[in-house]
Amino acid sequence: MAIEVRIPTILRTYTGGERVVDGAGSTVTEVIDQLEADHAGIKERLIENGEARRFVNIYVNDEDIRFTGNLQTPVADGDTVVILPAVAGGSAGV
Amino acid sequence: MLTIDRATHDAIIAHARRDHPDEACGVVAGPAGSDRPARHVPMLNAAMSPTFYEFDSGDLLRLYREMDDNDEDPVVIYHSHTATEAYPSRTDVNLAGEPGAHYVLVSTRDGAHESGPVDFRSYRIVDGEVTEEEVRVVDRYDDEAPITQQKAEH
Repeated sequence: MAIEVRIPTILRTYTGGERVVDGAGSTVTEVIDQLEADHAGIKERLIENGEARRFVNIYVNDEDIRFTGNLQTPVADGDTVVILPAVAGGSAGV
Repeated sequence: MLTIDRATHDAIIAHARRDHPDEACGVVAGPAGSDRPARHVPMLNAAMSPTFYEFDSGDLLRLYREMDDNDEDPVVIYHSHTATEAYPSRTDVNLAGEPGAHYVLVSTRDGAHESGPVDFRSYRIVDGEVTEEEVRVVDRYDDEAPITQQKAEH
């Protein structure tokens, strides 16, 4: 059994349009490295300066990784990783 | 062009007025591929701010799961500006993550109260480029099938 990784619309340009791809690894970092190996360019959209980007949400089995160890969150076969861009904005500058 | 029914249009404005002076935000989901805003989902602004909005990350996951299960797209993503015009800010453009959505901006700067004017404008935001589009408000959609109400499972 693999790890199921769900790709948001805006990143499907990297996965040839696929909304779900197979992942591998024992942490979120490893899953992202494997994603990068399979779909070059995607990592830069997820990681900045070694951390998950502020406005990208990553969930392992429905838990936001911000609450479970960030990129070191453990992942096992059969788990689901969901990537969703934040829906955010506003009149202020970030 | 964004075509939207009057009830949904008015509900978005009412939401923006209600949350003023904080920014209000939400989504109107519609059948995948239809480009028809059909199911209004007002969201909580987790930032609770007059100058910023963000969906709570748990709410966001539930919303996307629900849309997946219903075979829906986020047809409209809306938020309000409460002291500035209804035009996407640099932040709005930088963070726009749904290239297929109509980004609706509502301004309550002059019309937070019931009788005041509220600007309601719509944009496409793709690869950092903003294109304003016409908004057509209709009483109902022309070829509308009988309305089926779907309850959000929150």
